[in-house]
This record gives sequence, structure tokens and C-alpha cells, in this order.
Amino acid sequence: MTAPSSVRRLVETREILLCCGPGGVGKTTIAASIAMLAATTTPGRVLVLTIDPAKRLADALGLEGIGNDVVRIDDETLAGVGAVPRGELHCAMLDMKRSWDDLIRRHAPDAPTARRILSNPLYQNITGRFVQSHDYIAMERLHELHATGEWDLIVVDTPPTRNALDFLDAPARMEEFFSSRLLRWLIAPARGGLLGLAARPFTQIADRILGTQFLEDITEFFLSLQSMYGGFVERARAVSRLLSDERTSFVVVATPEPTPLREADFFLKELASRRYEVGALVLNRALPSSLALPATEVAAEAMAADAEEISKVAARELDLDVEAATRVLRTAASAAREWSVVARREAAARERMASAAPLVVTVPSLDGEVGDLEGILALSGVLGSAA
Amino acid sequence: MTSLLERRLLFVTGKGGVGKTTIAAGLAWLLATRGKRVLACEVDAKGDLAAAFELGNVGFDPVEVPGGPFVMSMDTEASLREYLRLQLRIPVIGRIGPLASAFDFVAAAAPGVREILTVGKLCYEVRERRYDAIVVDAAATGHVLGHLTAPQAINDLVKVGLIRSQTDWMLDILNDATTTGVVVVATPEEMPVAETIELVDAIRTTTHVDVAGVVVNRTLPELFGVRDEAVFTAIAAARPGVLDEARFDGVFDAARHATARRRIAAEHVTILRAALPEGLPLVLQPYLFTRAEGRRATRQVATSLAGELS
Repeated sequence: MTAPSSVRRLVETREILLCCGPGGVGKTTIAASIAMLAATTTPGRVLVLTIDPAKRLADALGLEGIGNDVVRIDDETLAGVGAVPRGELHCAMLDMKRSWDDLIRRHAPDAPTARRILSNPLYQNITGRFVQSHDYIAMERLHELHATGEWDLIVVDTPPTRNALDFLDAPARMEEFFSSRLLRWLIAPARGGLLGLAARPFTQIADRILGTQFLEDITEFFLSLQSMYGGFVERARAVSRLLSDERTSFVVVATPEPTPLREADFFLKELASRRYEVGALVLNRALPSSLALPATEVAAEAMAADAEEISKVAARELDLDVEAATRVLRTAASAAREWSVVARREAAARERMASAAPLVVTVPSLDGEVGDLEGILALSGVLGSAA
Repeated sequence: MTSLLERRLLFVTGKGGVGKTTIAAGLAWLLATRGKRVLACEVDAKGDLAAAFELGNVGFDPVEVPGGPFVMSMDTEASLREYLRLQLRIPVIGRIGPLASAFDFVAAAAPGVREILTVGKLCYEVRERRYDAIVVDAAATGHVLGHLTAPQAINDLVKVGLIRSQTDWMLDILNDATTTGVVVVATPEEMPVAETIELVDAIRTTTHVDVAGVVVNRTLPELFGVRDEAVFTAIAAARPGVLDEARFDGVFDAARHATARRRIAAEHVTILRAALPEGLPLVLQPYLFTRAEGRRATRQVATSLAGELS
């Protein structure tokens, strides 16, 4: 399939859209806005799966304290902010701990094994404290939701990762992990003392570094996990397949600043090398394009130079203090000069990125932060009108 | 309370995208210009710290910035090799391949192993005293607790063994507030402020590591006073007849944009200030209009941090 020419085509033709990119660029907001666009322009049932929404946004989406459940934003609420829904808009949040626990319960061969794993301190450490495990669970949850067949479109806000790509490799890593020779070596002695020769140097070093007791703890834990090998690997493969499915597309989100763009660029290349489809690159929170115009800087200079003259006219017409008006115009002019430098730098960056994706959408920063349904609706309008 | 600039180990963290690398680089540069021998270390190896100093690829071996700090990038495998060689006297030169895969496995299996090699290397440098100060471009808010708590976690999980015996001196360094401090970087926006408040609280309740300060990056100066803003609004609203030329659109857009951004930013700084523990230094770092990254930006950050911290 060739990549669609607009965000509207994207939401009409794909079943899964993964919003990814560096931290702090507004991924969650863009994901919610894409879902809003879909719910207001298509008759489908749309779900947005958020990972860690800001409190205000979570409130706006009705997600506060609902754990792993899916909630629908009803038509009345949507109408209240001026949205005309054609489909349904649903939201869900990812509760990491609960998703892991559910996964263990589902794949454990029996209840005692599940209990043994769930109460193991290593398990609690892995799921509770170390964020890397979140990458896998987000993809796993996506697979689960998609498999229900309940949704026409699922828009996913990807988790914040150390490396923006971790979640892509998570299923493969999970599979690799369970099939690793090391895991088998480690588990072998516990299975009846069949410690192969190959395991010795590793065990000796590991034993010296970590201590026997700890090695035994790890072994016991992974022996329990091993019983779920089949289910885990099968699911991991299914999740991998889903990512490269032709109904899945990636939306890379960044802001037009050097560091996020560098990361987005790297990400786009990695997606391409894995043959995943990039549907769009969204450059979020861009300055108003008028700021980058050369005319603006000329006008700012003129305004600063003639501030007094202009103020006399303005003061007479509007009944203002001439001095205050002069000061205000000079300040406005100097703000324009400062921000036009930033805007031109952004424009140059946008130009560089123009062919980095089949569809590059620039979203201007709105007056204020987007944290409510009105803001989401406004953003969805911008995304929907972008060609 | 020991001033931020007097500590020998500074972890600079913050939500992704707030510019923690820029602040870490600025701090390292500032300390170096004050005659200290400084090591700046990037933990997540994305290359942003090297970019802040306009260095090419930087690895585990520090590269000196003329007139500035030494810069290195954390590599847990190299750290493991160094650790085995120096601490355990296990020579692994040329045999790191199988060991690395073994290590990868143990790191995946035993939470905290990867983290302890990072923190261990940093504490080791503190103990060796080859540098007067070490500035760490640390992991982002979600991950940094894993690093700070790694020695304790290992202490709890591993009852015996050589790793266990290594964690005590690390804890001594980390938990000494005259030596070690965490600097949390935020921007005046909702999520970064919320995460900063949460993180400061989490560090204080779950670790014994001291929070040395909070830096609010990309703050904006006030554009208009209240009365002037009313004048601006009046002029902007009644432009026909006064300034109706289209070329002024950009100027008014800019001023409106600057005012809106500043207003929102100020609200978030107020929220942050109110939520932070009393006495914790809150440093405002202005938005840089002219350069966004590179040595010029790093230098500017160092200069303004110097003004705020002295």
C-alpha cells in the first residue's frame, strides 16, 4: 500500500496508527487529536490508547482513575465542545502493572505457577520499577485490543522509552530472551543437575560476582516463566506481525527544534529499515508562519523606529497614553524580532524535513496548552485540513 | 546545605525534551571555566551531550573539550570490563564476546545490574578523584530512580558475592549530600512540572540521595506589565486605521504568542514553586532565542547559570 496523502485518508484506511517520537513533543495530544479526527469524519468506532497522559488531558478524556478499562466519550460531551461525531470516540489508558499481571495469569499453565510468579520479588521488581518492561506490555495490549475486533481504528500513544525504538524491538527481544541458550543453561541444573560444560565459565563468573543465592533466585524465577514460553513467544510473534501489517502505520511526532528533529530523523530511518510504513511526520507546536516572513522583520524594525509617530495616532484614536503606547509597540517589535529568529530556524528545519516522510504536517502551537477536548478538537481540525 | 556547584557528583535529570542535556552541558562548562577538572557523562548514549560540545562520536574514553570539561558516553559493557579488571582482577581482554552475552542475560534477568554498572562507574570516578566534579546527563525522570536506587536494590536482592561488597561504598558516596546531588530540569509546561514535582518527592521518599536544585529551562521574560498588556490588547483589537497594514500581522502575532506563552509559563512556575520543598534552589534559565544548541548555546547557558547560582 502506498502511504496516504492526508491524515484524513490515513484514518480512513488504517486500523492501527502508532504515534511515536521523542519525549515532550505532544505525542499524547496528537494521538488524541487523530482519534478525534477519525471519530468526527468517519462512522467508525475509534479508540485512543494513551500511555501516560497529563492529568488535565486524562481528566478531559475521562481517564482519571479508571485503570485498564475503556471509556467512551459520549456524544453529548463531544457536542458540548462543538464536535459533531460521526463515529464513536473511546479512550483507554495503559496500566502497566495490571497488564503484566493479566498477561501472567493468561499464560501460566496453572494457578499455582501464576501465584508463584506474581509473588516473586524479581517479578515485582521487573514490572514495577524498570520501565523497559513497559515497551513490551504496550505492544501486547495493542495486540489484545486489536484482536477483539471491536475497533475500526486504534490510535496508540507509544510509551516514553530510553530509546524511541525500544518498543519496536520489544516483541523480538522477548522471544530472543525466552529462546536464549543462556536461559536454558541457567535453568538446566535446576532441571536435574544436567549442567553442561559450556555453562561452567559463565556460572563461575556469575557466581563470583552475584553470589549463589541470587543465582538460585533468578533460576527459580525463570524456571517458572519458562513454563509460559510457548504462549509468550507466539504472542510476541503476533505482535511483531501486527506492526508490519499493511493496516498499521506510524505517525512520527516531533517539534521543529534541533534535538527532537534529530531523534525523529533517526526514528524515520529505523522504521524504514524495518520496512514499517510511515504514514506521516507531524511537526507539532510550530510558531505562526507569519513570523518567519522577511516582511515581518522589516515591519518590526519600522514599528520600532516609528513607534512614537504611530503611537500618537493610536493614542488619539483609542484614547491611550502616548508614552505607554510607544513602549508597548517597541516591546511588541522586539518580541517579533526575537521570535522571528526562532521561526526562521524552524522554517529551515521544516524545509530539511520536507521529504523525510511521504506526508509532513505542520501543526502550529495554539494559544495556550492543549489540555481539554476543545483543544483536541481544534488540533484535529488542523490535522484534518492538512493535505 | 552544600551549594550545587560545590558537589562532586551531579545527576542532571528531567522529563524527555526539557533540555536536560543542555543544562548538564552548561553546568559542566561553568564548573570547568572556574578551573575545575570536570567530567561530563551522558548516560543514555544518544549523542546529545557530544552535540552540545560539538564533538563527534564520543565513547567510554573521555574526550577533552578545550577550555571545557572532559566528555564521555556511558557504555555498560565497557564499564563491566573495567570493573572486572580493576575490582575483581578478572582479566577479560579479548573474551568480552561471550561474557557480554552472558552479561546481557544477567542484566535482563536481574533488575539493577545494568544500572549498577552505570552508577558504579560514576561513583568509581568520584572515589578515584581524577576529576573535581562529575556532571551526569542522567536518564530521564522515568528511569533515573532505577539508577539512584540500584545499589540499594542490589543490596536487598543479592545477599552475598562480590557485587554485594561493592555496593556499600557506592551508597556512601550517593547518600552524602555534600558530595552528590540531583538536579531536576523542567520547562514551564504542565507535564514537565508535574513530573518534576513527582520526581523530587520520589527521590526524597525512596532514596537517601539529596536533591540539589531544580532548573526551569526556557523561561520567558515578562513582555508587558498588566497596564501595558491592556494597551497592547486595545491597539491589537483596533488596528484598522492605525496599523492596518498586513505587514504588521507578524509583529502582532509574535507579541500575542510571546504574551500567551509567558502567561502560561508563569502559571506553571508558580505551581512548581509552591509544590517544591522549602529551601530547595529553583533556578530560572531563560529561553535562548539566537542559538538552540552547540557550544555557543552551552556557553550562554553556563553564563546565565553562573549568574543564578552565585
